[in-house]
Amino acid sequence: MTINEIQDQIVEEFSIFDDWPEERDQYIIDIGKKLPALDERYKTEDNIVKGCQSTVWLHASEIDGRVYFEADSNTVITKGIIGLLVRVLSGQKPSDILNADLYLIDKINLRSFIGSQRSSGLQMMLKQIKLYAVGFSQQAKQA
Amino acid sequence: MIPGVSIREVNISKPFDVEAIRQDFPILHQKVNGYPLVYFDNAATSQKPNLVIDAISNYYKLYNSNIHRGLHYMSEKATEAYEAAREKSRAFLNASSTNEINFTKGTTEGINLVASSYGRKFLQPGDEVIISTMEHHSNIVPWQMVCDERGAKLRIIPIDDDGNLLLDEYKKLLNNRTKIVSVVYVSNALGTVNPVKDIITLAHEAGAVVMLDGAQATPHMAVDVQELDCDFLALSSHKIFGPTGMGILYGKERLLEQMNPYQGGGEMIKTVTFEKTTYNELPYKFEAGTPDISGGIAMGVAIDYINSVGYNKIAQHEHDLLVYGTEVLSQIEGLRIIGQAKEKASVISFLVDGIHPYDMGVLLDKQGIAIRTGHHCCQPLMDRFAIPGTCRASFAFYNTTAEIDKLVKGIEKVKTMLL
Ligand SMILES: Cc1ncc(COP(=O)(O)O)c(C=O)c1O
Repeated sequence: MTINEIQDQIVEEFSIFDDWPEERDQYIIDIGKKLPALDERYKTEDNIVKGCQSTVWLHASEIDGRVYFEADSNTVITKGIIGLLVRVLSGQKPSDILNADLYLIDKINLRSFIGSQRSSGLQMMLKQIKLYAVGFSQQAKQA
Repeated sequence: MIPGVSIREVNISKPFDVEAIRQDFPILHQKVNGYPLVYFDNAATSQKPNLVIDAISNYYKLYNSNIHRGLHYMSEKATEAYEAAREKSRAFLNASSTNEINFTKGTTEGINLVASSYGRKFLQPGDEVIISTMEHHSNIVPWQMVCDERGAKLRIIPIDDDGNLLLDEYKKLLNNRTKIVSVVYVSNALGTVNPVKDIITLAHEAGAVVMLDGAQATPHMAVDVQELDCDFLALSSHKIFGPTGMGILYGKERLLEQMNPYQGGGEMIKTVTFEKTTYNELPYKFEAGTPDISGGIAMGVAIDYINSVGYNKIAQHEHDLLVYGTEVLSQIEGLRIIGQAKEKASVISFLVDGIHPYDMGVLLDKQGIAIRTGHHCCQPLMDRFAIPGTCRASFAFYNTTAEIDKLVKGIEKVKTMLL
């Protein structure tokens, strides 16, 4: 699936919560709870995304021209949010990740969930995701 | 009558009626995320009564003018109101003279001013400055900076697991190299009320001066600088129901006289030539530039307001909230209170097993309950407890036990969502 197809799918999933904000919160929490823990060896200082009140670790790898993300956090809500982002962006081509328009964030109102202080943490994470994409696309060009 | 100079005596003998008091605070009557707001982040900043809000708007509507310079009608009026606030501040702290009342931006600036103007002048290489483990960053960093610059050493008073300062350890730290002791009167993160009277007496015996960080004391209790005999005390207007951007630095006149100005500019000078400038008298010596005029006037009104409610009634009500809150929160399974000092202000820091404070804060906010989460600008203190941060509910006199019940319910709900 393309990035936008996955985003549309998630927006559709969330539409049932339009009148149930609490259920939506619980849904995000449940995504966070289910997100597989990142292997301890990837929880390195280098993989920490700065700017979050909570700690986020982001690990990226490349297989056959596609970038795979694994992420973790010490807080459940952040895990839920990164779980959604990983679902959208993991397994995509570096160029698609770079050009992605993540309308999902506004459509399912993730910003309301994370507040301004914390959305800057989200911004840092998105930046980091794009940096990985840049890195991998340059590697691909050099190869 | 000068707008903003008012009402000291109003309802002075009324019994404490929390519902009536809440009517004075318009911000409290709103819904947040669909729930009636429960504001338990008073240690970060307090809410403002109508009188304070009106004082600011009246100033701009009726007599906005620069002070101490114009001789026109409005400037006179603004100057009079601003200086009346200084007199109210003097009385508020029971300082002996308005020369001892310097207006600042807040506690942070007050501490920086003393570190910079007193510390720089009087600290010699090898001298020592004592602070405590439970200081706010604003009472750590300015001292680190001046100690680095002057080759002085920063010494730290340890605390016990309940959050009490270890006075015996403090005594051991004091010696003839100790020049300054700067401690927090009431801890913002733990609620501990420190035995500052003893701290001051002991410091004076060792020949040191004492600065108190009064940011969290003044919202809760009467502070008498002469009785305490502290040398400096800083506070923030926004924590005592006044506006942001304003604060008081009390300093003993004798010490302030010896200090160099903190900043240069207008207001703080007597005469300026390119060869030499002579400084203005106290308190203007430390007040360079146009100050926050409306802020000063409105802080004076906040002081009037506190006086009209009465610290004894505030203290009684907040004590009740603290006792009740401690009791009901303790009954929550897995909840641990951080900070159980013998003397506490109405601040409860806590952790719930298996729940990160961040998740707790976000999910309580979803229920309209505002608390603070994180390290509370006290990272060394969090390190002392080996925790990344806490959840903190801090109560003001307009809070109620019914709101505490909502907090308890809220926490229980967060537990079911997360665990
Ligand atoms: C104990 C303590 N000291 C100092 C400060 C700093 O106050 P301000 O930010 O108003 O300068 C605070 C405010 O959080 C505080 O709680």
